[in-house]
Amino acid sequence: MIRFSEEQAMLLDTAREFCQKQSPIAEVRRVIEAGQPLDATLWQTMVDLGWLGVTIPEAFGGLGLDLADTVPIFEAMGSQLLATPLLATTLAAQVLITNGSEAQKNQWLPKIAAGQIATIALTEANGSWETDQITTHLTQAGSGEMTLTGSKTFVLDAGVADVILVSALRDGALCWCLIDASEIPEGAIQREVVIDETRRSYSLTLSDVPIRADQILPGTAFQKIELAAMLLITAEMSGGLEGVLAVIVGYLNTRKQFDKLIGSYQAMKHPTVDILMGAEMTRSYLYHAATVWRDETDEAVIEAAVRMAKCCASEHFSEAGDRGIQFHGGFGFTYECDAQLFLRRALWSQYQFGDDRHQRQKLGALLF
Amino acid sequence: MNENEINEFRSDVRAWLNENKPATPSFLLPETFMEVGTDQQFEFLRRWQQTVYEAGYLGMSWPEAYGGGGQPQVMQDIVNQEMAAQRVPFVPNTIGLNWAGPLILDMGSEADKQRYVKNILSAEDIWCQGFSEPDHGSDLGNAQVRAVKDGDEYVINGSKIWTSLGSYAKYMILIARTSNEGPNKYAGLSFFLAPMTAPGIEPTPIKKLTGEFGFCQTYFTDARIPADCMLGNEGEGWSVAMKTLMYERGAVGGQAGGLSMMDLNINDIIELARRATRNGQPAIDDPLTRDELVKLVLEAKGNALMGSRARVPALGGTYPTAVAMSGKLRSSELKRKMTRFAVSLQGANGARYISDDALDGGKWQRSYLNSFSGTIGGGTTQIQKNILGERVLGLPKS
Repeated sequence: MIRFSEEQAMLLDTAREFCQKQSPIAEVRRVIEAGQPLDATLWQTMVDLGWLGVTIPEAFGGLGLDLADTVPIFEAMGSQLLATPLLATTLAAQVLITNGSEAQKNQWLPKIAAGQIATIALTEANGSWETDQITTHLTQAGSGEMTLTGSKTFVLDAGVADVILVSALRDGALCWCLIDASEIPEGAIQREVVIDETRRSYSLTLSDVPIRADQILPGTAFQKIELAAMLLITAEMSGGLEGVLAVIVGYLNTRKQFDKLIGSYQAMKHPTVDILMGAEMTRSYLYHAATVWRDETDEAVIEAAVRMAKCCASEHFSEAGDRGIQFHGGFGFTYECDAQLFLRRALWSQYQFGDDRHQRQKLGALLF
Repeated sequence: MNENEINEFRSDVRAWLNENKPATPSFLLPETFMEVGTDQQFEFLRRWQQTVYEAGYLGMSWPEAYGGGGQPQVMQDIVNQEMAAQRVPFVPNTIGLNWAGPLILDMGSEADKQRYVKNILSAEDIWCQGFSEPDHGSDLGNAQVRAVKDGDEYVINGSKIWTSLGSYAKYMILIARTSNEGPNKYAGLSFFLAPMTAPGIEPTPIKKLTGEFGFCQTYFTDARIPADCMLGNEGEGWSVAMKTLMYERGAVGGQAGGLSMMDLNINDIIELARRATRNGQPAIDDPLTRDELVKLVLEAKGNALMGSRARVPALGGTYPTAVAMSGKLRSSELKRKMTRFAVSLQGANGARYISDDALDGGKWQRSYLNSFSGTIGGGTTQIQKNILGERVLGLPKS
């Protein structure tokens, strides 16, 4: 069952129009070249559109909609390879909404709705997708005082974040720690190189950083946050699939070899149809997962729907990117060819929050 | 019908099916009307159709005057659902019930309706289809079987292929070329309700890759059929043939109902994976097998969700016709993959074939070989991909 409201349809139209205008492919390349941690003007425009507040409860200055309602925005951003701190900030807001105390929500959610940037720090150097492998930890240091030690990686937009939510062990159990950017020691945040050049990814190295009790979130939900990340990244991937398919079809309809348009060769045409089918299936899984996210209460049902969507998207988007390179021939081997932008995006997305093989492992346990 | 009447009817149907569902025979039944290979199979299935019809559960929404039930379509839908749920055998007169019958009710004369419709429902008259030809597999418009008018008859020459139930059929819906003139290849085609009993019509059974018989090549040698068995006018055969594809299940005055094939769904494969063993363990416990099974589940569920999304116009995307136009491609390929996988679940016994020693009598091996009828018949997977590439993605013609 897939349900899609008129409001969501309107948001989808608005988001597509916005992203097409803001992020043509030349602009994507300019942003990569410039290497700036943030396009402040673009960010302000998105804040003005209200996108930061979509999922934030009305009491804290947002629209109070469901996370699933942001799926059309991320899908539209994905199709234009538009990377902004919206992903990190939306996920960090979810951490606060799901796990935060009233005081923590009061302090941060209105600021986020108004455009302050937030991010989450989950993954560590071993590259595990399992939260039981987290080693970052809190240590009791005297009466009531604690310190936080550990290293995080793949922390999106940490360089411009006003607040970071860090996962850590406290007496052997996982919790979330909220750290104001001003409390992070100099040099703790370092830009790191990732395959998708549109992403601003950072490492975060913390050594005996003091943590007060009021910085620890009372809630300890982790899976819901991971699933939220999978849902939004799947939305981006669904858009990305549409984008790379357009690049491929465009080339197949203009490039000639042996006096014929290459799209007339079945060796190109048939795998391109396979990509189309993968894109259509991914989009169906995406909006199914969004429907289930909004309407279902059974956690296992939500988990299965989201993992299936992430699995389908990971497999098909990276395959489409891979074929996209091949179909461009010699041009495909150059930096100039846009297919590489999509392949790199596909790889980044595939390996964040579980690739297709990982998802199938999880699904095996959920389904059988 | 109100809610109560519907529920009551449904439980009546359920009870009747419980009571009258035929016991599993000692021989392996075919899974679709295209696979009926022996007299034993045919008689079993024909008897089942007669039983269903006599109970009033077939053609329920067709007019009473011609042997139908004159009831609301919803009742037939309920019967179909219950039949699928209880896994009863299919009713074999598929071409009659789903194509010829609706066509005759739609555009046949009063005499045609009186003559043909009731016997389609009762399986008294079996129907077959003469569309494909040996040299024009997927290119129906290029049909070359000739029909030449001679007095009040047409003289037919040529041959048709893939005539399912050809040996048992009394009538054929036939496309033949009455002219080579006209603006295009379609213009010279005409449509006939041809009697298979006419001298000069010889259905010759073809042995399939399964080793069974299931359809025929039908040869026409100066076969004379009455001119009044033409449906529509001369030269209108193409549009009549296209009409047959529009009588969808569930539409009023559409298909007569009943099952036309044994449905295979992914849950059957999951169930088999629990039951079949590889190296002494249930196949589902083997991690590599499990991974393959999850892939198949994802494809099956993804296919279903594509249909679900296609019903939301706002999510049509860049290629809104992609889902509808790829249905046959996706479902036939999925069935091929599922049955192929089913064989792989059986360890060394995957190498068995139809026999008592094989798991489920060798049904899965046979199903896999038969699955190619879906990926080849009605336009091969490769032709489907050409069509999708050209008509949906707008790529140049091959």
